[in-house]
Amino acid sequence: MNIIPIMPAPRASITWPAEGLTRVPYALFQDEDVYADEQQAIFRGPNWSYLCLEAELPNPGDFRSTFVGDAPVVVTRDADGELYAFENRCAHRGALVCLEDEGNAKDFSCVYHAWTYNLQGDLVGVAFKDGIDGKGGMKPDFCTGDHGLRKLRVATLHGLVFGSFSDDVPPLDEYLGEEIVERIARVLEGRTPVVLGRFTQMLPNNWKLYFENVKDSYHASILHLFFTTFQLNRLSQRGGIIVDEGGGHHVSYSAVDHAATAKEQKPASDYAEQNIRSESEHRLEDTSVLAGVDEFGDGVTLQILSVFPGFVLQQIQNAIAVRQILPRGTRQTELNWTYLGFEDDTPELREMRLRQANLVGPAGYVSMEDGCVGGFVQRGIDAASDANSVLEMGGDSAQSSASRVTEASIRGFWKAYRNAMGY
Amino acid sequence: MVQDVQQLIARAQAQYVRCIDDGDLAEWPDFFVPACVYKVTTADNYRRGLAGAMIYAASRGMLVDRVASLRDANIYERHSYRHVLGQPFVISDDGSEARSETSFMVARIMRDGSTDLFATGRYCDVYVRNTDGPNEVKLRERIVVCDSSRIDTLLALPL
Repeated sequence: MNIIPIMPAPRASITWPAEGLTRVPYALFQDEDVYADEQQAIFRGPNWSYLCLEAELPNPGDFRSTFVGDAPVVVTRDADGELYAFENRCAHRGALVCLEDEGNAKDFSCVYHAWTYNLQGDLVGVAFKDGIDGKGGMKPDFCTGDHGLRKLRVATLHGLVFGSFSDDVPPLDEYLGEEIVERIARVLEGRTPVVLGRFTQMLPNNWKLYFENVKDSYHASILHLFFTTFQLNRLSQRGGIIVDEGGGHHVSYSAVDHAATAKEQKPASDYAEQNIRSESEHRLEDTSVLAGVDEFGDGVTLQILSVFPGFVLQQIQNAIAVRQILPRGTRQTELNWTYLGFEDDTPELREMRLRQANLVGPAGYVSMEDGCVGGFVQRGIDAASDANSVLEMGGDSAQSSASRVTEASIRGFWKAYRNAMGY
Repeated sequence: MVQDVQQLIARAQAQYVRCIDDGDLAEWPDFFVPACVYKVTTADNYRRGLAGAMIYAASRGMLVDRVASLRDANIYERHSYRHVLGQPFVISDDGSEARSETSFMVARIMRDGSTDLFATGRYCDVYVRNTDGPNEVKLRERIVVCDSSRIDTLLALPL
């Protein structure tokens, strides 16, 4: 009795401003109907969502709970060594079948009526299926094969596990495109990550405001003064942004430009002229927080990579982390940080990663502002659901650029978003 | 007269939270010896032995830098804390060092007046005794273990 799901009609009616990608209606960050449509069209639609790391499920029977949008999801490794993922919702009456964050299990049994599922999400047992003493029980034509958990497609790339509810989603490497795959490989290929810590930050804003922030290479050295004060990242450094063809994925990177550093006096005045508060005489008592090594041999000290609709891979010097962005209603977002090291880290490199972790996360020297700035927008637009934001830095296109003084990756996000939502 | 170590720790901690909640944050690093460790992590990470932390200072200098950054570099909405501490539980004391644990609850008061329970947890401490006299103790290590793995918005002021 396979039912072909009928796609519900969109609830919200949004008319995109005539200017195109340089304008974004604030209503998108406020409207409950937009939120519901996003869950359907984006998170349960033909996109890949980050689930977890392969390294978090090393053994058969290992499982991990996560989310794809609002949907609770369990990822497992079965006895065949393969990864599986399914919605954490009993096919009977809808209760969660897994109540742990992680663990090792032979199967999942719903606590409500003991419907039992194997590690691939197939229904293998129904309590009192045949009744007791010939009385009661399920209808004679009940077929357990028709009542498995809703399954996700699973794909992995360099140790990252992604899932999709959609059968129409393109293969993961095609979805990401060559340039994004290369940049993921740069950080993770052939390495075994080790989780150094997990932290959750609850952001007081719509999920898209955080994703815009991740893609915003314009704000980095303006809002985050720690960066500029210690000359970790100036926009005048060698770098650029990559936006994939669909627009939804991006990479922003920068490297120390030794040639430019030689004539360094100039950038300081660039900033002074722009009246940006970055000229304090700040001296660290203990500079070990910034001590790092050129781990990738290319001089790139910063690479922020995002995958539509909610994944970030971050390399800031040797501070490596993945971030999972989960919508939690129109005005709240859950940001899950997983700090990474690698199995072959020397003790010295591991210590550097731990010290550099001060830069990132909920208390990060260069990230704590991202925790509050989305809320400043969310509150700022409370009476402006008929107005739009302005995204004209760097023109009106959503293309890769050698300059990071651009909002091209943000426009790329809205390009992918409009495409997914039909706006 | 040399006071009981539990009293010494309780007094030092009362000063510590008074410094953060009502005093001058610039004095906060002075509660630590120069070669110290200060970390803020979660109970989940702590239980698993994961070393990553939201804040990790491996010297008093790094605490001074944290305060300077909060004052001069970082952007966040004005807020304050109110710490409420439990009695310190002294785990061991060899006369020169004492280990203790203390529960805390911290309310965060935002500039608009909203007050929320921001964090609960425990301090896992190593105090050095007799630092500036027979009744002085200073922290050589403070691991702030937050009960929840969630931080609302951001963590700026230290716990």
